[in-house]
Amino acid sequence: MKSFLNYIAEIFKGIWSLLTGMKVTAKYFFTPWRNVTQQYPENRDKLVFGERYRGELVMPHNESNEHACTGCGICELNCPNGSIEIISKSIMTEEGKKKRIIDLHIYHLGMCTFCNLCVRSCPSDAISFTHSFEHAYWDRKTMTKVLNQPGSKIMANVKE
Amino acid sequence: MTELTELEKVIPTDTIKTDEYLVNMGPQHPSTHGVLRLLVKLEGEIVHNVQPDIGYIHSGIEKMSEALSYTQIPHLTDRMDYLSAHMNNEAVALCVENALQVEVPERVKYIRTIMSELQRLASHQLWWCASGMDLGALTTFFYGLRDREDILDIFEETCGARLTLNYSLPGGVMFDIHPNFQRKVKDFIKKFRKKLPEYDKLITGNVIFTERTKGVGILTKEDAIAFGVTGPTGRASGFSCDVRKHIPYSAYPYVKFEEKLGTEGDCYTRWVMRMDEMWESLSIIEQLIDNIPEGDYTAKMKGVIKLPEGEFYQRVETARGELGVYIISDGKKNPYRVKFRSPGFSNLFAINHIAKGWKIADLVAIMATFDLVIPDIDR
Repeated sequence: MKSFLNYIAEIFKGIWSLLTGMKVTAKYFFTPWRNVTQQYPENRDKLVFGERYRGELVMPHNESNEHACTGCGICELNCPNGSIEIISKSIMTEEGKKKRIIDLHIYHLGMCTFCNLCVRSCPSDAISFTHSFEHAYWDRKTMTKVLNQPGSKIMANVKE
Repeated sequence: MTELTELEKVIPTDTIKTDEYLVNMGPQHPSTHGVLRLLVKLEGEIVHNVQPDIGYIHSGIEKMSEALSYTQIPHLTDRMDYLSAHMNNEAVALCVENALQVEVPERVKYIRTIMSELQRLASHQLWWCASGMDLGALTTFFYGLRDREDILDIFEETCGARLTLNYSLPGGVMFDIHPNFQRKVKDFIKKFRKKLPEYDKLITGNVIFTERTKGVGILTKEDAIAFGVTGPTGRASGFSCDVRKHIPYSAYPYVKFEEKLGTEGDCYTRWVMRMDEMWESLSIIEQLIDNIPEGDYTAKMKGVIKLPEGEFYQRVETARGELGVYIISDGKKNPYRVKFRSPGFSNLFAINHIAKGWKIADLVAIMATFDLVIPDIDR
Protein backbone atom coordinates (compact mmCIF):
# COMPACT_ATOMS: atom_id res chain seq x y z
CA MET A 1 0.00 0.00 0.00
CA LYS A 2 2.80 2.35 0.96
CA SER A 3 4.63 1.79 -2.30
CA PHE A 4 1.42 2.48 -4.18
CA LEU A 5 1.01 5.83 -2.37
CA ASN A 6 4.63 6.62 -3.13
CA TYR A 7 3.96 5.85 -6.76
CA ILE A 8 1.02 8.28 -6.83
CA ALA A 9 3.07 10.92 -4.99
CA GLU A 10 5.88 10.53 -7.53
CA ILE A 11 3.44 11.13 -10.36
CA PHE A 12 2.19 14.36 -8.79
CA LYS A 13 5.72 15.49 -7.97
CA GLY A 14 6.67 14.86 -11.59
CA ILE A 15 3.71 16.82 -12.91
CA TRP A 16 4.54 19.68 -10.51
CA SER A 17 8.15 19.78 -11.73
CA LEU A 18 6.90 19.97 -15.31
CA LEU A 19 4.54 22.81 -14.39
CA THR A 20 7.40 24.72 -12.74
CA GLY A 21 9.25 24.63 -16.03
CA MET A 22 6.13 25.51 -17.98
CA LYS A 23 5.66 28.57 -15.77
CA VAL A 24 8.94 29.97 -17.08
CA THR A 25 8.03 29.39 -20.72
CA ALA A 26 4.51 30.74 -20.13
CA LYS A 27 6.01 33.92 -18.68
CA TYR A 28 7.83 34.57 -21.93
CA PHE A 29 4.87 33.48 -24.00
CA PHE A 30 2.59 36.10 -22.46
CA THR A 31 5.19 38.87 -22.32
CA PRO A 32 6.37 39.11 -25.91
CA TRP A 33 8.05 42.50 -25.31
CA ARG A 34 10.76 40.65 -23.37
CA ASN A 35 11.75 38.80 -26.52
CA VAL A 36 15.02 39.63 -28.16
CA THR A 37 14.43 38.42 -31.71
CA GLN A 38 15.81 40.73 -34.38
CA GLN A 39 14.48 40.99 -37.93
CA TYR A 40 17.72 40.62 -39.87
CA PRO A 41 18.26 41.65 -42.73
CA GLU A 42 15.39 44.17 -42.53
CA ASN A 43 17.09 45.94 -39.61
CA ARG A 44 20.43 46.22 -41.37
CA ASP A 45 20.57 50.02 -40.95
CA LYS A 46 19.80 49.87 -37.24
CA LEU A 47 22.39 47.27 -36.25
CA VAL A 48 24.63 48.37 -33.38
CA PHE A 49 28.31 47.43 -33.36
CA GLY A 50 31.00 47.80 -30.76
CA GLU A 51 33.36 50.48 -31.96
CA ARG A 52 36.32 48.06 -32.02
CA TYR A 53 34.44 45.42 -34.00
CA ARG A 54 36.68 43.92 -36.68
CA GLY A 55 34.82 43.54 -39.95
CA GLU A 56 37.01 44.29 -42.94
CA LEU A 57 40.44 45.84 -43.33
CA VAL A 58 40.48 49.24 -45.03
CA MET A 59 42.96 52.05 -45.59
CA PRO A 60 41.28 55.37 -44.75
CA HIS A 61 41.89 58.16 -47.30
CA ASN A 62 41.28 61.86 -46.71
CA GLU A 63 39.41 64.27 -49.03
CA SER A 64 42.43 64.90 -51.26
CA ASN A 65 42.94 61.13 -51.82
CA GLU A 66 45.87 60.77 -49.43
CA HIS A 67 46.65 57.88 -47.10
CA ALA A 68 49.19 57.36 -44.32
CA CYS A 69 50.82 54.15 -45.61
CA THR A 70 54.56 54.33 -46.10
CA GLY A 71 54.84 50.85 -47.54
CA CYS A 72 57.17 49.64 -44.80
CA GLY A 73 55.73 46.11 -44.87
CA ILE A 74 55.43 45.62 -41.10
CA CYS A 75 51.78 44.58 -41.45
CA GLU A 76 52.80 41.99 -44.04
CA LEU A 77 55.39 40.58 -41.63
CA ASN A 78 52.96 40.47 -38.71
CA CYS A 79 50.15 38.84 -40.61
CA PRO A 80 50.04 35.18 -39.53
CA ASN A 81 48.46 33.81 -42.69
CA GLY A 82 49.75 35.94 -45.53
CA SER A 83 46.58 37.85 -46.26
CA ILE A 84 48.47 41.10 -46.83
CA GLU A 85 50.81 41.67 -49.76
CA ILE A 86 52.77 44.90 -50.16
CA ILE A 87 54.07 45.79 -53.60
CA SER A 88 56.25 48.89 -53.49
CA LYS A 89 57.94 50.88 -56.25
CA SER A 90 60.84 53.33 -56.36
CA ILE A 91 60.32 56.89 -57.54
CA MET A 92 62.55 59.91 -57.89
CA THR A 93 61.62 62.72 -55.52
CA GLU A 94 61.79 66.40 -56.51
CA GLU A 95 65.13 66.72 -54.74
CA GLY A 96 66.49 63.96 -56.95
CA LYS A 97 66.54 61.22 -54.30
CA LYS A 98 65.32 57.67 -54.74
CA LYS A 99 62.33 56.85 -52.56
CA ARG A 100 60.32 53.66 -52.01
CA ILE A 101 56.59 54.21 -51.92
CA ILE A 102 53.61 51.89 -51.90
CA ASP A 103 52.34 50.73 -55.25
CA LEU A 104 49.69 48.20 -54.24
CA HIS A 105 48.48 47.20 -50.79
CA ILE A 106 46.75 43.91 -51.55
CA TYR A 107 44.40 42.40 -48.99
CA HIS A 108 43.07 38.84 -49.35
CA LEU A 109 39.83 38.93 -47.42
CA GLY A 110 39.30 35.21 -47.85
CA MET A 111 42.46 34.38 -45.95
CA CYS A 112 42.05 36.93 -43.16
CA THR A 113 41.36 35.72 -39.61
CA PHE A 114 40.64 39.22 -38.22
CA CYS A 115 43.29 38.96 -35.51
CA ASN A 116 44.11 42.70 -35.46
CA LEU A 117 47.88 42.12 -35.48
CA CYS A 118 48.37 44.24 -38.62
CA VAL A 119 46.49 47.24 -37.28
CA ARG A 120 48.24 46.87 -33.92
CA SER A 121 51.70 46.83 -35.50
CA CYS A 122 51.23 49.63 -38.05
CA PRO A 123 53.59 52.47 -37.07
CA SER A 124 51.65 55.18 -38.95
CA ASP A 125 48.05 54.00 -38.22
CA ALA A 126 47.39 53.71 -41.94
CA ILE A 127 44.99 50.76 -41.80
CA SER A 128 41.92 50.06 -39.68
CA PHE A 129 38.92 47.77 -39.49
CA THR A 130 35.40 48.73 -40.54
CA HIS A 131 32.16 47.25 -39.26
CA SER A 132 31.04 45.66 -42.53
CA PHE A 133 30.53 41.98 -41.87
CA GLU A 134 28.67 40.54 -44.86
CA HIS A 135 31.57 38.87 -46.60
CA ALA A 136 29.77 36.50 -48.95
CA TYR A 137 30.60 36.85 -52.65
CA TRP A 138 29.76 34.93 -55.78
CA ASP A 139 33.29 35.15 -57.10
CA ARG A 140 36.44 34.47 -55.12
CA LYS A 141 38.37 37.08 -57.08
CA THR A 142 36.30 39.86 -55.51
CA MET A 143 37.74 38.89 -52.14
CA THR A 144 41.17 40.13 -53.18
CA LYS A 145 41.13 43.86 -52.65
CA VAL A 146 43.55 46.69 -53.27
CA LEU A 147 43.36 48.98 -50.27
CA ASN A 148 45.12 52.09 -51.61
CA GLN A 149 42.93 53.95 -54.08
CA PRO A 150 44.25 54.58 -57.59
CA GLY A 151 46.13 57.84 -57.86
CA SER A 152 46.43 58.22 -54.10
CA LYS A 153 49.59 59.44 -52.45
CA ILE A 154 51.05 59.59 -48.98
CA MET A 155 50.08 62.37 -46.57
CA ALA A 156 52.68 65.09 -46.11
CA ASN A 157 52.95 64.87 -42.32
CA VAL A 158 53.59 61.10 -42.08
CA LYS A 159 57.00 60.32 -40.64
CA GLU A 160 58.91 57.67 -42.52
CA MET B 1 31.65 -19.54 -15.57
CA THR B 2 29.58 -16.71 -14.11
CA GLU B 3 26.36 -17.41 -12.33
CA LEU B 4 23.17 -16.99 -14.29
CA THR B 5 20.85 -14.16 -13.35
CA GLU B 6 17.19 -14.75 -12.54
CA LEU B 7 16.16 -13.73 -16.02
CA GLU B 8 18.71 -15.94 -17.70
CA LYS B 9 17.46 -18.97 -15.74
CA VAL B 10 13.95 -18.51 -17.10
CA ILE B 11 14.89 -17.66 -20.68
CA PRO B 12 18.02 -19.24 -22.14
CA THR B 13 20.36 -16.40 -23.07
CA ASP B 14 21.37 -17.71 -26.48
CA THR B 15 17.79 -17.56 -27.74
CA ILE B 16 17.29 -13.83 -27.10
CA LYS B 17 20.82 -12.76 -27.85
CA THR B 18 21.16 -10.88 -31.09
CA ASP B 19 24.39 -10.42 -32.94
CA GLU B 20 26.54 -7.46 -32.03
CA TYR B 21 26.28 -4.80 -34.65
CA LEU B 22 28.15 -1.64 -35.37
CA VAL B 23 26.51 1.77 -35.64
CA ASN B 24 28.26 4.89 -36.80
CA MET B 25 27.27 7.80 -34.60
CA GLY B 26 28.46 10.81 -36.53
CA PRO B 27 30.50 12.41 -38.05
CA GLN B 28 27.35 14.36 -38.89
CA HIS B 29 25.29 13.78 -35.79
CA PRO B 30 23.57 16.63 -33.98
CA SER B 31 24.42 15.41 -30.50
CA THR B 32 28.16 15.17 -31.12
CA HIS B 33 28.25 18.98 -31.65
CA GLY B 34 30.74 18.72 -34.44
CA VAL B 35 32.43 16.19 -36.63
CA LEU B 36 33.13 13.43 -34.13
CA ARG B 37 32.56 9.85 -35.21
CA LEU B 38 31.74 7.22 -32.63
CA LEU B 39 31.82 3.57 -33.62
CA VAL B 40 29.24 2.13 -31.29
CA LYS B 41 28.99 -1.64 -30.82
CA LEU B 42 25.45 -2.48 -29.87
CA GLU B 43 23.52 -5.50 -28.81
CA GLY B 44 19.94 -4.49 -29.29
CA GLU B 45 19.91 -1.13 -27.61
CA ILE B 46 22.71 -1.82 -25.15
CA VAL B 47 26.09 -0.27 -25.74
CA HIS B 48 28.96 -2.74 -25.64
CA ASN B 49 31.81 -0.63 -26.88
CA VAL B 50 32.33 2.96 -27.96
CA GLN B 51 35.30 3.66 -30.16
CA PRO B 52 35.80 7.37 -30.88
CA ASP B 53 37.27 8.08 -34.31
CA ILE B 54 38.75 11.53 -34.18
CA GLY B 55 40.57 13.70 -36.68
CA TYR B 56 37.77 14.92 -38.93
CA ILE B 57 38.47 18.53 -38.02
CA HIS B 58 42.20 18.26 -37.43
CA SER B 59 43.67 21.61 -38.37
CA GLY B 60 47.29 21.12 -37.42
CA ILE B 61 47.45 24.02 -35.00
CA GLU B 62 50.49 22.60 -33.19
CA LYS B 63 52.43 22.23 -36.42
CA MET B 64 51.35 25.63 -37.76
CA SER B 65 52.52 27.25 -34.52
CA GLU B 66 56.08 26.17 -35.32
CA ALA B 67 56.13 28.62 -38.22
CA LEU B 68 54.60 31.54 -36.33
CA SER B 69 56.05 34.05 -33.94
CA TYR B 70 54.99 34.07 -30.29
CA THR B 71 52.65 37.03 -30.85
CA GLN B 72 50.91 35.20 -33.66
CA ILE B 73 50.32 31.86 -31.91
CA PRO B 74 47.41 33.02 -29.65
CA HIS B 75 45.18 33.79 -32.61
CA LEU B 76 45.33 30.12 -33.66
CA THR B 77 44.38 28.88 -30.21
CA ASP B 78 41.09 30.78 -30.58
CA ARG B 79 40.12 28.14 -33.09
CA MET B 80 41.04 25.24 -30.82
CA ASP B 81 38.42 25.36 -28.11
CA TYR B 82 36.37 28.18 -29.54
CA LEU B 83 34.12 28.42 -26.50
CA SER B 84 37.09 29.08 -24.21
CA ALA B 85 38.95 31.30 -26.67
CA HIS B 86 40.18 33.74 -24.07
CA MET B 87 41.53 31.07 -21.72
CA ASN B 88 43.44 29.49 -24.60
CA ASN B 89 44.98 32.85 -25.50
CA GLU B 90 45.85 33.43 -21.89
CA ALA B 91 47.55 30.05 -21.60
CA VAL B 92 49.96 30.84 -24.45
CA ALA B 93 50.51 34.36 -23.18
CA LEU B 94 51.30 33.15 -19.65
CA CYS B 95 53.65 30.47 -20.96
CA VAL B 96 55.64 33.02 -22.98
CA GLU B 97 55.67 35.50 -20.09
CA ASN B 98 56.92 32.83 -17.68
CA ALA B 99 59.66 31.87 -20.09
CA LEU B 100 60.78 35.48 -20.47
CA GLN B 101 60.18 36.15 -16.76
CA VAL B 102 58.18 39.26 -17.57
CA GLU B 103 56.03 40.66 -14.80
CA VAL B 104 52.76 41.90 -16.30
CA PRO B 105 50.97 44.89 -14.73
CA GLU B 106 48.32 44.17 -12.10
CA ARG B 107 45.68 45.66 -14.38
CA VAL B 108 46.35 43.01 -17.00
CA LYS B 109 45.92 40.25 -14.43
CA TYR B 110 42.56 41.61 -13.35
CA ILE B 111 41.30 42.11 -16.91
CA ARG B 112 42.39 38.61 -17.90
CA THR B 113 40.67 37.00 -14.95
CA ILE B 114 37.41 38.87 -15.52
CA MET B 115 37.51 37.96 -19.20
CA SER B 116 38.22 34.30 -18.39
CA GLU B 117 35.26 34.12 -16.07
CA LEU B 118 32.98 35.84 -18.58
CA GLN B 119 34.17 33.35 -21.16
CA ARG B 120 33.50 30.49 -18.77
CA LEU B 121 29.97 31.77 -18.23
CA ALA B 122 29.40 32.08 -21.97
CA SER B 123 30.74 28.57 -22.49
CA HIS B 124 28.58 27.05 -19.76
CA GLN B 125 25.54 28.86 -21.12
CA LEU B 126 26.11 27.32 -24.52
CA TRP B 127 26.72 23.94 -22.89
CA TRP B 128 23.45 24.36 -21.02
CA CYS B 129 21.47 25.09 -24.18
CA ALA B 130 23.11 22.41 -26.29
CA SER B 131 22.94 19.61 -23.75
CA GLY B 132 19.38 20.50 -22.89
CA MET B 133 18.63 20.10 -26.56
CA ASP B 134 20.40 16.73 -26.67
CA LEU B 135 18.16 15.53 -23.87
CA GLY B 136 15.06 16.69 -25.69
CA ALA B 137 14.39 20.17 -24.35
CA LEU B 138 14.51 22.64 -27.21
CA THR B 139 13.53 25.65 -25.09
CA THR B 140 16.91 25.72 -23.35
CA PHE B 141 18.62 26.40 -26.64
CA PHE B 142 16.84 29.71 -27.13
CA TYR B 143 17.06 30.87 -23.54
CA GLY B 144 20.73 30.04 -23.22
CA LEU B 145 21.69 31.77 -26.45
CA ARG B 146 19.61 34.81 -25.47
CA ASP B 147 21.63 35.30 -22.28
CA ARG B 148 24.93 34.48 -23.95
CA GLU B 149 24.33 37.38 -26.32
CA ASP B 150 24.90 39.87 -23.48
CA ILE B 151 28.37 38.48 -22.83
CA LEU B 152 29.19 38.46 -26.54
CA ASP B 153 28.20 42.13 -26.75
CA ILE B 154 30.62 42.91 -23.91
CA PHE B 155 33.35 41.01 -25.79
CA GLU B 156 32.53 42.80 -29.02
CA GLU B 157 32.91 46.19 -27.39
CA THR B 158 36.18 45.49 -25.58
CA CYS B 159 37.93 42.82 -27.66
CA GLY B 160 36.60 43.67 -31.11
CA ALA B 161 35.29 40.17 -31.81
CA ARG B 162 32.58 37.96 -30.49
CA LEU B 163 34.00 34.44 -30.72
CA THR B 164 37.63 34.45 -31.84
CA LEU B 165 38.77 37.16 -29.46
CA ASN B 166 42.58 37.12 -29.77
CA TYR B 167 42.57 39.45 -26.77
CA SER B 168 45.39 38.14 -24.61
CA LEU B 169 48.86 38.48 -26.09
CA PRO B 170 52.30 37.85 -24.57
CA GLY B 171 52.90 40.84 -22.30
CA GLY B 172 49.35 42.00 -21.83
CA VAL B 173 46.08 42.42 -23.62
CA MET B 174 45.27 43.77 -27.07
CA PHE B 175 43.24 46.84 -26.02
CA ASP B 176 42.51 48.57 -22.77
CA ILE B 177 39.01 47.86 -21.46
CA HIS B 178 36.25 49.91 -23.00
CA PRO B 179 34.91 52.81 -20.83
CA ASN B 180 31.52 51.05 -20.71
CA PHE B 181 33.01 47.71 -19.71
CA GLN B 182 32.55 47.86 -15.94
CA ARG B 183 29.02 49.21 -16.14
CA LYS B 184 27.97 46.62 -18.71
CA VAL B 185 29.46 43.71 -16.77
CA LYS B 186 27.70 44.83 -13.60
CA ASP B 187 24.41 45.15 -15.47
CA PHE B 188 24.90 41.69 -16.91
CA ILE B 189 25.62 40.13 -13.51
CA LYS B 190 22.52 41.74 -12.04
CA LYS B 191 20.43 40.46 -14.93
CA PHE B 192 21.93 36.98 -15.01
CA ARG B 193 21.54 36.42 -11.27
CA LYS B 194 17.81 36.61 -11.90
CA LYS B 195 17.98 34.38 -14.97
CA LEU B 196 20.01 31.57 -13.46
CA PRO B 197 17.24 30.32 -11.11
CA GLU B 198 15.07 30.10 -14.23
CA TYR B 199 17.59 27.66 -15.70
CA ASP B 200 17.16 25.45 -12.64
CA LYS B 201 13.39 25.68 -12.77
CA LEU B 202 13.33 24.68 -16.42
CA ILE B 203 15.64 21.69 -16.33
CA THR B 204 17.34 20.74 -13.09
CA GLY B 205 14.21 19.73 -11.17
CA ASN B 206 12.38 18.41 -14.23
CA VAL B 207 11.20 14.84 -13.76
CA ILE B 208 12.07 13.70 -17.28
CA PHE B 209 15.55 15.15 -16.97
CA THR B 210 16.27 13.63 -13.54
CA GLU B 211 15.02 10.22 -14.66
CA ARG B 212 17.36 10.33 -17.63
CA THR B 213 20.46 11.52 -15.78
CA LYS B 214 20.42 10.36 -12.14
CA GLY B 215 22.67 7.34 -11.71
CA VAL B 216 23.50 7.23 -15.44
CA GLY B 217 27.08 6.96 -16.65
CA ILE B 218 28.90 6.87 -13.34
CA LEU B 219 32.57 7.84 -13.46
CA THR B 220 34.36 6.96 -10.23
CA LYS B 221 37.07 9.14 -8.75
CA GLU B 222 39.75 6.52 -9.46
CA ASP B 223 38.72 6.31 -13.09
CA ALA B 224 38.60 10.08 -13.41
CA ILE B 225 42.19 10.29 -12.19
CA ALA B 226 43.28 7.33 -14.33
CA PHE B 227 41.82 8.83 -17.50
CA GLY B 228 42.99 12.35 -16.67
CA VAL B 229 39.45 13.69 -16.71
CA THR B 230 39.58 17.29 -15.53
CA GLY B 231 37.28 20.26 -15.28
CA PRO B 232 33.70 20.12 -14.05
CA THR B 233 33.48 16.55 -15.37
CA GLY B 234 36.31 15.40 -13.14
CA ARG B 235 35.14 17.44 -10.18
CA ALA B 236 31.72 15.80 -10.38
CA SER B 237 33.51 12.54 -9.53
CA GLY B 238 35.17 14.13 -6.51
CA PHE B 239 38.55 14.66 -8.17
CA SER B 240 39.84 18.01 -6.92
CA CYS B 241 41.52 19.32 -10.07
CA ASP B 242 40.78 23.04 -10.30
CA VAL B 243 43.94 24.70 -11.61
CA ARG B 244 42.59 28.06 -10.45
CA LYS B 245 42.72 26.75 -6.88
CA HIS B 246 45.82 24.54 -6.88
CA ILE B 247 48.21 26.54 -9.07
CA PRO B 248 46.65 30.02 -9.08
CA TYR B 249 47.58 32.27 -12.00
CA SER B 250 46.61 35.85 -12.99
CA ALA B 251 44.30 37.37 -10.37
CA TYR B 252 42.95 34.11 -8.96
CA PRO B 253 45.11 34.35 -5.80
CA TYR B 254 43.24 37.55 -4.87
CA VAL B 255 39.72 36.17 -5.03
CA LYS B 256 37.77 33.88 -2.74
CA PHE B 257 35.85 31.11 -4.37
CA GLU B 258 34.86 27.58 -3.63
CA GLU B 259 35.89 24.53 -5.58
CA LYS B 260 32.69 22.55 -5.71
CA LEU B 261 33.16 18.79 -5.59
CA GLY B 262 30.59 16.15 -6.38
CA THR B 263 30.40 12.65 -4.99
CA GLU B 264 28.24 10.66 -7.38
CA GLY B 265 29.99 11.16 -10.69
CA ASP B 266 26.82 10.57 -12.69
CA CYS B 267 25.33 12.75 -15.42
CA TYR B 268 23.17 14.65 -12.94
CA THR B 269 26.15 15.61 -10.76
CA ARG B 270 28.08 16.79 -13.81
CA TRP B 271 25.10 18.95 -14.71
CA VAL B 272 24.78 20.43 -11.20
CA MET B 273 28.55 21.01 -11.07
CA ARG B 274 28.42 23.32 -14.08
CA MET B 275 25.36 25.15 -12.78
CA ASP B 276 27.23 25.75 -9.49
CA GLU B 277 30.29 26.87 -11.37
CA MET B 278 28.26 29.61 -13.06
CA TRP B 279 27.35 31.01 -9.63
CA GLU B 280 31.01 30.88 -8.60
CA SER B 281 32.06 32.68 -11.78
CA LEU B 282 29.55 35.44 -11.09
CA SER B 283 30.94 35.91 -7.59
CA ILE B 284 34.55 35.99 -8.87
CA ILE B 285 33.69 38.72 -11.38
CA GLU B 286 31.87 40.70 -8.69
CA GLN B 287 34.92 40.62 -6.45
CA LEU B 288 37.20 41.95 -9.18
CA ILE B 289 35.13 44.30 -11.31
CA ASP B 290 35.23 47.30 -8.95
CA ASN B 291 38.89 46.91 -8.03
CA ILE B 292 40.61 46.96 -11.42
CA PRO B 293 43.84 48.86 -10.66
CA GLU B 294 44.99 51.72 -12.85
CA GLY B 295 48.03 51.19 -15.02
CA ASP B 296 49.19 50.00 -18.40
CA TYR B 297 47.30 47.34 -20.25
CA THR B 298 50.48 45.78 -21.57
CA ALA B 299 54.01 45.29 -20.33
CA LYS B 300 56.89 46.60 -22.43
CA MET B 301 57.80 43.84 -24.85
CA LYS B 302 60.32 43.68 -27.67
CA GLY B 303 59.06 43.81 -31.22
CA VAL B 304 60.39 40.34 -31.94
CA ILE B 305 59.99 38.01 -28.98
CA LYS B 306 62.71 35.39 -28.62
CA LEU B 307 62.37 32.78 -25.91
CA PRO B 308 65.47 31.43 -24.15
CA GLU B 309 66.42 27.85 -24.98
CA GLY B 310 64.49 25.31 -22.97
CA GLU B 311 61.11 23.79 -22.24
CA PHE B 312 58.19 25.71 -20.77
CA TYR B 313 54.85 24.52 -19.51
CA GLN B 314 51.83 26.45 -18.36
CA ARG B 315 48.43 25.20 -17.35
CA VAL B 316 45.16 27.06 -17.09
CA GLU B 317 41.62 26.05 -16.28
CA THR B 318 39.37 26.37 -19.32
CA ALA B 319 35.63 25.80 -19.22
CA ARG B 320 36.23 22.10 -19.99
CA GLY B 321 39.23 21.34 -17.80
CA GLU B 322 42.93 21.72 -17.67
CA LEU B 323 44.65 23.12 -20.75
CA GLY B 324 48.42 22.72 -20.84
CA VAL B 325 50.71 24.60 -23.19
CA TYR B 326 54.12 23.06 -23.69
CA ILE B 327 56.66 25.05 -25.68
CA ILE B 328 60.14 23.85 -26.60
CA SER B 329 62.31 26.74 -27.72
CA ASP B 330 65.69 26.66 -29.40
CA GLY B 331 66.26 30.38 -28.91
CA LYS B 332 64.83 31.49 -32.25
CA LYS B 333 61.80 33.67 -32.85
CA ASN B 334 59.65 30.65 -33.66
CA PRO B 335 59.08 27.77 -31.25
CA TYR B 336 60.77 24.44 -32.00
CA ARG B 337 57.71 22.48 -30.92
CA VAL B 338 54.36 23.36 -29.38
CA LYS B 339 52.06 20.87 -27.71
CA PHE B 340 48.64 21.56 -26.29
CA ARG B 341 47.25 19.24 -23.66
CA SER B 342 43.61 19.80 -24.42
CA PRO B 343 40.97 18.87 -21.85
CA GLY B 344 38.49 17.55 -24.41
CA PHE B 345 40.88 14.88 -25.69
CA SER B 346 41.42 13.31 -22.27
CA ASN B 347 37.77 13.59 -21.30
CA LEU B 348 36.52 11.94 -24.50
CA PHE B 349 38.31 8.65 -23.91
CA ALA B 350 36.61 8.08 -20.57
CA ILE B 351 33.32 7.70 -22.43
CA ASN B 352 34.03 4.15 -23.59
CA HIS B 353 34.66 3.10 -20.00
CA ILE B 354 31.47 4.51 -18.53
CA ALA B 355 29.01 4.03 -21.40
CA LYS B 356 29.35 0.23 -21.44
CA GLY B 357 26.10 -1.44 -20.45
CA TRP B 358 23.96 1.66 -20.86
CA LYS B 359 21.39 2.25 -23.57
CA ILE B 360 22.25 4.26 -26.66
CA ALA B 361 20.04 7.14 -25.46
CA ASP B 362 22.11 7.26 -22.26
CA LEU B 363 25.23 7.58 -24.40
CA VAL B 364 23.78 10.84 -25.71
CA ALA B 365 23.19 12.01 -22.13
CA ILE B 366 26.78 11.13 -21.21
CA MET B 367 28.12 12.97 -24.26
CA ALA B 368 25.98 16.00 -23.41
CA THR B 369 27.24 16.25 -19.84
CA PHE B 370 30.87 15.76 -20.89
CA ASP B 371 30.64 19.03 -22.84
CA LEU B 372 32.90 18.09 -25.74
CA VAL B 373 34.16 20.63 -28.23
CA ILE B 374 35.47 18.76 -31.23
CA PRO B 375 38.18 21.16 -32.54
CA ASP B 376 39.60 21.03 -29.03
CA ILE B 377 39.95 17.25 -29.34
CA ASP B 378 41.37 17.24 -32.86
CA ARG B 379 43.37 20.48 -32.71
